[in-house]
Amino acid sequence: MNILVFLIPVSLFLGFLGLGAFMWSLRHAQYDDMEGARHRILSDRNDDHPAR
Amino acid sequence: MTAAACACGGIAAQRPQTGATVLPDILIHLPTIHCATCIATAERTLGAEPGVLSARVNLSLKRALVTTDGTIGATELCTALERAGLPAHPLDTGRLATGPDAGARDLLLRIGVAGFAMMNVMLLSVAVWSGASDATRDLFHLISAAIAVPAIAYSARPFLAGAVRSLRAGRLGMDVPIALAILLATLMSAAEALSGAGGHAWFEAALSLTFFLLAGRYLDLSCRRAARSAAAELSALDVATATRIGAAGPEAVRSDALLPGDLIRVLPGQRLPADGEIVEGETDIDRAAMTGETLPVAAAPGDAVAAGETNLTGALVVRVTRAGQDTQLARLAALVATAETARSRHVSLADRAGGIYAPLVHVLSAAAFVAWWALSGDAWHALGIAIAVLIITCPCALGLAVPAVSVAASGRLFRRGLLVKSATALERLAEVDVVVFDKTGTLTTGTPAIADAPQGTDLRVALGLAEGSDHPAARALAAHARRAGESPAPVEHRREVPGQGVEGTWQGRRVRLGRASFTGGSDDGTSALWLAIDGQAPHRIRLAETLRDGASDAVAGLRAAGVRVMLLSGDGAGAVAEIAARLGIADARGGLLPADKVAALDSLAADGHRVLMVGDGLNDTAALAAAHASIAPHSGLDAARSAADIVLLGQDLSVVPEALALARLARRRMAQNLWLAAAYNVVAIPVALMGAATPLLAALAMSTSSITVSLNAVRLGR
Repeated sequence: MNILVFLIPVSLFLGFLGLGAFMWSLRHAQYDDMEGARHRILSDRNDDHPAR
Repeated sequence: MTAAACACGGIAAQRPQTGATVLPDILIHLPTIHCATCIATAERTLGAEPGVLSARVNLSLKRALVTTDGTIGATELCTALERAGLPAHPLDTGRLATGPDAGARDLLLRIGVAGFAMMNVMLLSVAVWSGASDATRDLFHLISAAIAVPAIAYSARPFLAGAVRSLRAGRLGMDVPIALAILLATLMSAAEALSGAGGHAWFEAALSLTFFLLAGRYLDLSCRRAARSAAAELSALDVATATRIGAAGPEAVRSDALLPGDLIRVLPGQRLPADGEIVEGETDIDRAAMTGETLPVAAAPGDAVAAGETNLTGALVVRVTRAGQDTQLARLAALVATAETARSRHVSLADRAGGIYAPLVHVLSAAAFVAWWALSGDAWHALGIAIAVLIITCPCALGLAVPAVSVAASGRLFRRGLLVKSATALERLAEVDVVVFDKTGTLTTGTPAIADAPQGTDLRVALGLAEGSDHPAARALAAHARRAGESPAPVEHRREVPGQGVEGTWQGRRVRLGRASFTGGSDDGTSALWLAIDGQAPHRIRLAETLRDGASDAVAGLRAAGVRVMLLSGDGAGAVAEIAARLGIADARGGLLPADKVAALDSLAADGHRVLMVGDGLNDTAALAAAHASIAPHSGLDAARSAADIVLLGQDLSVVPEALALARLARRRMAQNLWLAAAYNVVAIPVALMGAATPLLAALAMSTSSITVSLNAVRLGR
């Protein structure tokens, strides 16, 4: 059971990584135009840095 | 989903214009954009204009946000876009909701935190359920507590605050059992974890409860927000400006800045910005929006005109007598506030379910506590069972049941061109058994058509004359003649006599087209245009109203759905009877004042009917507010649109019966969902009361019921 000493911190770290990514995307206006994003990806001039 | 939309900081913030350094962003409404090419075209077109620093299209909101260096205005940008084939209108940033939507973002963040904590705690809990014991289990409980307690303290705050609010107001809302279950479960589990006594820990139940309920609340919010922002956009489209003739010549001002005594210029085609008296110029005035009359009336110096009326043919100078909130238009709109009674009396399905549910749950868990304490004598154990009852019955599915259906149904209606503005509109629409239509502007388009006209030379002369006027009847005649394949006769010295008609010379003879009095015709009360050629008896050109697309389908569809259809109009009885006959509406009344319409609706309501009002004009506004549910076409006045629950974005009326059918289906689905949620409880409550509930069982019941309810709602969206 000693492996838990590593595994629990690792799983918590991964969880926080996910939460951090979500908060980053929320702050960077990634959810502002869900409709437009799926069309923009097809464009050659795709700009994935929406204005905040 | 328009999810966390609207967060572009500059959208509503019209920054103060101090010098040339700080510049306002320009917002442009692009109603037709729908694909990658549209986005690229719009952004390229805007970016190519001199003075544009950056332009970004938001497809969910159908808007473009443009940052400029101040040398270019919204009008120029719109012209450029229209040249590129994209219809565009400037939006009045001042009338859009201010600031990015903090509420939705805040909720999303709470959902994220609850979701993160739920998944991690669930991993640990699964280990406990599958047999981790002794020190390992105690360690897992402690780690769970360390994650869950702060996560719940943050993400469950909306429910805790809601519960405190409703307790202060002396009510038992849905938030009270929710907050109680979450709080008690967390505290009790924390105590178990710290003591290491080996009882159940309910952390994952408390967290998943928070997560699912927050998701329900978010759906509810995003649905209402999308409707609200679209409605604000509609009103922002009416940029109300007036041309004031000041000491230094004409200047453009906002119409609410006008003062009595100001002189304003009103060009043909413009809507009057204030009440006043004509000082100079003759014209025809279209009063359809105010009174429901179809035919324009002649107006000359000395006549009174009111805000909201449209000037058709001649340029006017008007002395303002009443402006802003004092205009007849504003005072009529104030009628609306007093008429909104049916709405406030309506209790939504979710509230009714909550009203039964909340007391029941409290009584049950209190009873469980008392009974187990009396039987076993162990208060701690009895409390555990009472909390299990609270958690297992918690309205996870109940919180999702109604908003999920609303979102799915509103989304489907939006794709069909109907914007649902009010949260309970669908439920109210489903209960409707009488539909009342307004005539002008709703069943008819307000532009006349030609019912019967002369042929040959006469028609060519009439066409030659009609081309010289922007009067709707003249335009209809011109379109009619062109469809008949005629080319205009060469009419010379053509001039428009505002309020009367058009005259000119053809082959040396004087020819006139216009009102009966102008042409020597005899007015018999039917709507008609007269053509006079010197030396001949005047010809009558009969006018008919154009039905809006889908009007007859709408009436037939509603009747097939078992709904009584009525027509209440402010127009003359003859015109109303004619339209009623064409559409097959038996119950039609004309010549009604705005207050008469409200009285008619009130008497219907007194007979126990639930009325849907469909209307567009100012004379309908009070009726729209008084009815059980209401629909206004977006071509209507701002006041009508804001009084209505649902705005018709397209032209076609045939979506009205579809909306009714969908609303009924949605309501059935909501009731079904509430019963489904209750069914899970019926199974789970006895288990919990017997003390056999485990966290695993609670987690299973909660997620399966939430998923069942959501899937049942999603079925409606396609």
